[in-house]
Parts: sequence; C-alpha cells; structure tokens
Amino acid sequence: MRWPRIYLVALVTLAALCMSGGPAAAERIVASVSNHRVRITSSFTGLELVLFGSVERDGTSVPRRSGYDIVVTVTGPRETVVTRRKERVAGIFVNVESRSFVDVPSYLAVLATKPIDAIAGPDTARRLRLGLADTLLPQQIGADVADVVREDPFRVAFLRLKSDRNLYLEAPNAVTFLTPTLYRTTIPLPAEVPVGDYDVDVKLFADNTMIARTSSAFEIIKVGFEQFVASAARDYSLLYGLSTAAMALMTGWFASIVFRRD
Amino acid sequence: MQIYLPIADLPVNVFLVFAMGLAVGFISGMFGIGGGFLMTPLLIFVGVSPAVSVATVTSHIAASSFSGVISYWRRRAVDLALAVMLLAGGFIGTAAGVWLFTVLREIGQLDLAIALSYVILLTTVGGLMMAESVRAIMRERHGKPVELRRPGSHTWFHGLPFKLRFKQSRIYVSAIPIWIIGFVIGFIGAVMGIGGGFLLVPMLIYFLRVPTSVVIGTSMVLTLVTMASATVLHAVTNHLVDAVLALILMVGGVIGAQFGARAGQNIRGERLRLLLGLLVLAVGLRFAIGLIVKPDDLFSIRLLEGE
Repeated sequence: MRWPRIYLVALVTLAALCMSGGPAAAERIVASVSNHRVRITSSFTGLELVLFGSVERDGTSVPRRSGYDIVVTVTGPRETVVTRRKERVAGIFVNVESRSFVDVPSYLAVLATKPIDAIAGPDTARRLRLGLADTLLPQQIGADVADVVREDPFRVAFLRLKSDRNLYLEAPNAVTFLTPTLYRTTIPLPAEVPVGDYDVDVKLFADNTMIARTSSAFEIIKVGFEQFVASAARDYSLLYGLSTAAMALMTGWFASIVFRRD
Repeated sequence: MQIYLPIADLPVNVFLVFAMGLAVGFISGMFGIGGGFLMTPLLIFVGVSPAVSVATVTSHIAASSFSGVISYWRRRAVDLALAVMLLAGGFIGTAAGVWLFTVLREIGQLDLAIALSYVILLTTVGGLMMAESVRAIMRERHGKPVELRRPGSHTWFHGLPFKLRFKQSRIYVSAIPIWIIGFVIGFIGAVMGIGGGFLLVPMLIYFLRVPTSVVIGTSMVLTLVTMASATVLHAVTNHLVDAVLALILMVGGVIGAQFGARAGQNIRGERLRLLLGLLVLAVGLRFAIGLIVKPDDLFSIRLLEGE
C-alpha cells in the first residue's frame, strides 16, 4: 500500500504532536542483531549473537534520574512439551502425573541491565511478562489451556529443566551501556538450539516504567549438507530409509572385504 | 572433533560415537546379538533423543549384522533354511507387537511397560544363561564330557507334526516351535525396540538344540532382515533416522563386529554364554536400579512428538 506523501507527512506530524503531548514519551529505542540468519553447518557447536542499539533522545526528552534500563527478550519457535513427574508406586518409580505445556517457547532468553525486580515493580513485571518467573506458560488442564501460579511444581520443574539445557536463561547483567545511550548484549545460542524464527523484543525502562519498545528478529536455518539430509528425511522418507538401509549393507559388506582373512 | 547431526539436531564428538560403535560392534560380533539394548541407552546418554536413538540404532545393527552374516556365511555357519522359517513367524510377531505398542501408548503406560519388560526379560534370561553355563563349566571341571546335544534326548515338541530336517544345524524338528520362537522374537522386538538376538540365541540353543557354532550366524540373518526393514519403517513413519549418526556408528560397528566375531570363535561355547549372560544380567539390573532408586530429578520433559 502506497500512501500519498502528503498524508504520510501529516500522519507523522500528528503522531509527533500526540507523543509530545504525553508525559515523557520522547525516547525511541533502536536495536539490531549482528546476524539475521544463523546458518547451522556440520561444524555448528552453538553461537553468540550480538545485539546492539541505542536510545534516541530528542529535545523534548526529560532527564532521567535513574538512567535507562533495558530488558531484551529473545523467543524461539513455539513447541508443546510434556512434563512428567515420577513417584514411587509399589517399590518402583513410575511416571504418575504429566502436564502439557502448550505452545511455549523452545528457546527463551531474558537479558537485562539489572535484576528484573530492580527495573520494574512486580505489577509491571507481571503485566509485561518480563522475567522467566512471569513468562506465560500455558498448560493443558482438561479441556482448558491456562497458565498457573508461579509456584506450581510442574511450572517450576519445566523452567528448571529448560534452564539446565541452556534453552531458557535469565541474565540480569547481560545488557551493558557503552555510552549513556549506546547499549550492547550477546544472545547465547547453545548447540541444541532449535531451528526456526526467533523474535527479539527490546523494552526501554526509566523510573520503573516502560517508555519505549522495539523488536527485531532472526532465523536459524540448516544449510548445505545438513539441510539436504534433513529435507531428504522429511520429503523423500521412503527413499531416505532405503538409502540408509542400503548404506548399512554397503558398510557391512565393505568391512567384510577389508577384513577378509584368506 | 564435533559434528552437527542433521536429524538429532545436536553436535556430537565423532570419535566418541565411533568408539561406541566399535565397542557395541565387538560385542554384537562376538555373541551374535544386535546390541540394540546396549547402543540405545548409550546414545541417550550422550544426549540424542530416545526416539532418534531407537530409529538410528536399527541401521547400525543392520550394518554390523550384515558384516557378521557374511563372515559366518563364509565359515558355513549359517542355517538359511532355519532363518527363513524363523522369519515367517517373526513377521506375524512383529505385526502383533506393533499392535500392542499402539494400545500401550494409548493407555499412557508405554514407558513403564518397556522398562519393566527390560528388567524382567534381561534379568531372567541373563540369570538363566549364567546358571546354565556355570553348570556346564563345573561339569567340565569334574571331568565329565560336556554334551549339550544329547542324542535321543527328546522333549515334548519333538512329537509335533510338520517335521523338517535342517541339514546345517543337524536337527530334525517340527516347524511349530520354530514359528513360535520367531513369533516371540518379532513380538518382543517390536514392543521393546530391540532386535532380540540375545533372546534368540539361547532359545535356539536350549529349545531346538541348534549347535552353538551355527546359532550365531543364523540369529544374525534374522537380526539383519528385521533391522533393515525397521530402518525403512522408522524413516517412513517418524522421519527420525539420522543418516550421519548412523554412518559413524556403522563404520565403528562393522569394524568392531569383525574383531568380535574372531574373538567369539576362539572362546568356548559355555564361556561365551557365561559372558553374554553376565552382560545381559548387568543391563537388566541397571534398568532395575533405574526403577527402584529415587532419581535425581523426579520431573522430566519431552517434546510432544508428531510436530
């Protein structure tokens, strides 16, 4: 859709007028990741993406007593995960209970300048779903899908197990300001990171309130041989299976020739 | 050296995986078993998901059993006729096993059923094999000749109809117990995700009185056919066979199997059975400990499959 330039100018002017009318909403935040397409090759063992950006002030910006704080949330592709709990039944440990976490992030990183509770009050943190503790993790409960209290043992266990695999993390001091307005952080992607689209959400805080927000994105894809094998297994599964079986027979046959004793 | 696996979606150390293939291949060549009950837990231990492990191990077993079959074939230690008869029962057993697998999964107790059947089956079979081979070794120590094949010692199923003569094995038995053994192996293999070689070997020795020298080669033919078809089935249904992982395991596996087969030929039958019994019992006990001892973490997470 192309708007005539005159409307665009008018709209921008209007927006600028509205914003200057509101209290202290003059900062803008910009962000960019160092690489928008992470390629998984056969030598991939994890990676650190750099995210950098700046806080842009204009003439109407009021001085901030407490300085700026930033919370960066990186969210990986959604997945549904079953969490099971074992219990001793008749002397042996068996899975007695399970909960499904529906459409939860496969990867979640919360990177901030300070601990979350020092950046925003508990109500704001909960409303904006800032830290891991406040992340929305809907569970399948009967026919309903709903998030539960923070202390729920399944929720706690899920967060702990994901964190153990470095797929969920909360790093309170990961975002650093290089100058009063220029910031930088690294997004650690472990080797087991799932492929797919990742969203980066950057929130700017001052005086315990969010004053600006921006987003960015990157994707993780398999390339070359890795991509070839993965797509062959998915799209030509019968051929792939037959070739793998044939490869097994070839390997076995080859070994028996190499190691033939007579 | 790390290499990223395209289906398992994680990097592994090539030399570690190769060494695992070598070790399991050695054991499988020595005892004429597939080694799936050893390899699958090893892969899970290095971080590969259970589903990918089970699916990929099938192709590794196919490779090492094929190389084993060739070397036993050259020594004329394969009874092809017996293998074909066993396979006939095996296919029906596999179909029945897949049916039970689906039912158990619907009930939601598949994991428990698999763990319990590992414990019961492995400890029982391992214990029996050990007891039998220790008795055989003791008899030998006391100077009595060991005669596993007692001519004229007939069991009840020797009276069954459809008698067939297997020249290679020098046995003359009814087809019915052979089909039943094939059925049981196919059934258990499908439910537990194992080739069943460690069950087939003792069954052939104790029930059908097949000579130990022919048993291993014949059992490997059965393992080869079931595992090669399982590779294709897993690839088509779950898309979880990792060809890169499979290749590393295979190359290690076939080399190991060659040395294992040679080592096996130089060990006396009853000692070989004692070792296999010990191994099977140890894995069974390991599973039992896993069920009895309180795990470090009562919680576990697993990606919902089919996504």
